[in-house]
Amino acid sequence: MELFEGLIAKNGLVFAFLIVGVLTLGSEFFSKKFLKSKIPGSAVAIFLALLLGYWGGVWGNGEKGLADVKFFSGLGFFGGAMFRDFTIVATAYGASFLLVKKSGWLGFISLVLGISLFFVLGVIIAFAWGYRDVVSLCTIGAGACTYIIGPVTGAAIGASSEVIALSIGTGLFKTITVTILTPLVAKRIGLDNPQAAMAFGGLMGTSSGVAAGLAATDPELVPYGAVTATFYTGLGCLVCPSVFYGILELML
Amino acid sequence: MIIYGVALLALSFLLGQWMGEALGALLGIDANVGGVGFAMIILMLLKDWFLREGWMKKDMDAGIDFWGKMYIPVVIAMAASLNVKGAVSSGLLAVLAGFIPVAICFAVFPHMLRRFKTD
Repeated sequence: MELFEGLIAKNGLVFAFLIVGVLTLGSEFFSKKFLKSKIPGSAVAIFLALLLGYWGGVWGNGEKGLADVKFFSGLGFFGGAMFRDFTIVATAYGASFLLVKKSGWLGFISLVLGISLFFVLGVIIAFAWGYRDVVSLCTIGAGACTYIIGPVTGAAIGASSEVIALSIGTGLFKTITVTILTPLVAKRIGLDNPQAAMAFGGLMGTSSGVAAGLAATDPELVPYGAVTATFYTGLGCLVCPSVFYGILELML
Repeated sequence: MIIYGVALLALSFLLGQWMGEALGALLGIDANVGGVGFAMIILMLLKDWFLREGWMKKDMDAGIDFWGKMYIPVVIAMAASLNVKGAVSSGLLAVLAGFIPVAICFAVFPHMLRRFKTD
């Protein structure tokens, strides 16, 4: 057992390849056998992984889900920012630049619309919950955009650490919701072509949620959704603590 | 050589990330602004250029294709290493503020698409 533990500790990333492979295999099987492939295997795998992440959080008592459990630390590296961004860029290889250019304008409009919509809705919900100070409202509104915009905004305007944590939780929940719901509703909302995927990426914004949701819907759409979604967090970090904060302050 | 493809991808990635960091610094915010998006556009442009010049060899494709196909497994690993417990335990407000706007956006999305198609 000790020998085995040492082996895993030394080869965390390789062990992560094995875990994800087995998880995918099981999910594909489950999807075919019990769901008649109505929910794609990759969507099942992502959902299962989220459950494992929750369980890992309880067990490992950290902030990185299952990756905080010593045995599974390789998952954190495999699913970390470097691999995520590197592989997402690689998906662009199959995308057509002409299509991206053609829908660029639509992508830009949906970005602006998406950030404003999520911010406003986040602020309204926080207001309805009882928050009245501009700093907290703005931070929670920013968290409703993504779990990165929330803390960046909160830090910039001096929010309390509880409110910042709340904004991170809000953003994380958004990512999870988008990941799970996208493959379920994609067909019904017309999300089946590159142009729609670009608009979707801009509107929803959470690049991990959008890309994960699209990956489970139709892998060919991933690069189109990702190419707009990836500008969302940057743009949000720019406008939330400045323009949006200013407007909120004027209003309250 | 497969490594040429991987290296081309790495070059696009690093250039794009660098542009994103530079743009963030220029705007005075501590964030990478669209680094991944820039990298994707650079890769698409480099691909077009390489294809035109006839420099793209079959093996190079394989080096980039592999990483593109690894995207879903990476997302699965990412999902398992998200702070799901933190999200759930930050309370009902986080759940509502995370869920309701997404649901509204899903409802708005088809109308937005239709508006653009008729324009």
